[in-house]
Amino acid sequence: MEAVTSPTTKQWSQFRDVFRRLSKRKTAMLGLIIVILFLLVGLFAPLLAPNDPLEHSLQHMLAKPSLDHPLGRDELGRCILSRIIYGARISLFIGLIVISIGILVGVPLGVISAYYGGRTDFIIQRFIDTMLTFPGILLALILIAMLGVGLQNVMIAVGISTIPIYARLARSSVLSIKARQYVEAARSIGASDTRIITQHLVPNSLSPIIVQSTLHMATAILWAAGLGFLGLGVAPPTPEWGAMLNGGRLYIRVAYHVATFPGMMIFITVLGFNLLGDGLRDALDPRLKI
Amino acid sequence: MGQYIVRRLLIMIPVLLGVSLIIFTMVRVIPGDPAIIMAGPHADKEQVDRIRTQLGLDRSQVTQYLAFLGNLVQGDLGRSTRTGLPVTREIMARLPNTIILALSAILIASFVGMITGVIAGVKQNSIFDHLSMMIALFGLSMPVFWLGLMLMLLFSIQLGWLPAVGAESPKHLVLPAITLAANSTAIIARMTRSSMLEVIRLDYIRTARAKGLTEKLVIWRHALKNALIPVVTVIGLQTGSLLGGAVLTEIVFAWPGIGRLLVEAILARDYPVVQGVVLLVASMFIIINLIVDILYSYLDPRIRYT
Repeated sequence: MEAVTSPTTKQWSQFRDVFRRLSKRKTAMLGLIIVILFLLVGLFAPLLAPNDPLEHSLQHMLAKPSLDHPLGRDELGRCILSRIIYGARISLFIGLIVISIGILVGVPLGVISAYYGGRTDFIIQRFIDTMLTFPGILLALILIAMLGVGLQNVMIAVGISTIPIYARLARSSVLSIKARQYVEAARSIGASDTRIITQHLVPNSLSPIIVQSTLHMATAILWAAGLGFLGLGVAPPTPEWGAMLNGGRLYIRVAYHVATFPGMMIFITVLGFNLLGDGLRDALDPRLKI
Repeated sequence: MGQYIVRRLLIMIPVLLGVSLIIFTMVRVIPGDPAIIMAGPHADKEQVDRIRTQLGLDRSQVTQYLAFLGNLVQGDLGRSTRTGLPVTREIMARLPNTIILALSAILIASFVGMITGVIAGVKQNSIFDHLSMMIALFGLSMPVFWLGLMLMLLFSIQLGWLPAVGAESPKHLVLPAITLAANSTAIIARMTRSSMLEVIRLDYIRTARAKGLTEKLVIWRHALKNALIPVVTVIGLQTGSLLGGAVLTEIVFAWPGIGRLLVEAILARDYPVVQGVVLLVASMFIIINLIVDILYSYLDPRIRYT
């Protein structure tokens, strides 16, 4: 029989168990290293960048990689390495805001939908269905069309398009724990709906949401870079990876490095999050226990 | 079955209404006067007034929405503010290009993805399995627009084998189709592999082997048919997502499809065209999902829709 106690201690040991299993997977650890490096580069960008990312020099436009500028210079003669390092900070910021929007709006929607059921559930689910009829990046594109271009709007647009994913996830998670004894026990001692939701349902449905947000960081970075590439993202001269790629695209015949390196950074970062996400999912799936 | 399709079609109605409501709201939440925005920067007062009447902005929101729906049903999506041409004509001129691109991509993705997934699943933990799954993860992490540029750099600029931009000949299709297919190929390969792994452990496969059937027959005839069920769903979902992914690919290769039309329209604030393309893509996505569900019941007769 299930113990009617707070599940916090159990969760902590579960967490350690998951980490132990995660550390046995080489690819997941590689992902973790990439992700940590990305976080460090983003956080300490001013200390790491060899040059000023905004300082331009038209004499040196499209200069090939050299000792001073290891990845060369872009179409305005700016240091590509420094711009990539500062770009990590922008991508990190975009990713975090996007996921926060997704979780802060999506999780309550999903929890309310599952907890109250009935008509509330029906209405919220149709709303989610409607959002899901716009494949991939399209919803973000429509929102950009409404809100206008710019960094803030990119974050809002991509953030809103991730809401359905978190809403679905939270809903299915809450549906499975709603009938547990500790929830019933809480209700029988007279706990209010708000208390049950905030103290019991939300904390206990968090683990799949955490895994999803790791995987989603990858999508958030990809979509934001995609919007930047389309010229719908941050305004110049902000060093955003997608926008840098778009700037370099026009010069690909004469200076391949301008578009190649920012794209490679997007690729490596997204790969890191995907490797970590895959590893986390496997580590959390008891059927695959090593 | 017939009943199920009818019911699914009926469920589509509220969702399509939701989509149309979003599109209707789109123009109205944009800051500023929609009539001035839609008329474009060079319009005089008379043109703005005409558009205002055309849009029915002087009437109530409900009447406006009903009129919008009425026009929609008749296939009237208004006129582009950039070219002055009817939106339907603009879209129809570009749509075949996007369909050709998306179909080629999904064919490549299904073929390569399924074969890779089956072999990787059957030969679990072999070099092929590890290598192909690593490549699949690369495909999943690769930004479409960067992959496109890199393929262009290698095959068009360095080797000169294929044309870089445009859509004049079948040769022009090769690079955009491969670029667009990459992500879906990876997803389909991963899905096929894990589905195959689940199926080949089942009893009926052991029975088939015990009967003395050749391994080829067991895998391709017995295992694959059941393993395919979730794969079909993924292929269907991917076909829909390709419509979204096509936007980026079309921009990289200057492919004259509706994805490029959409981005051009967004940048030029040509809202009637944006509305039209969005409505079309969303409807296509809904229809594709319905077809996938019907295919699902064909592949797995155990699924009964009552």
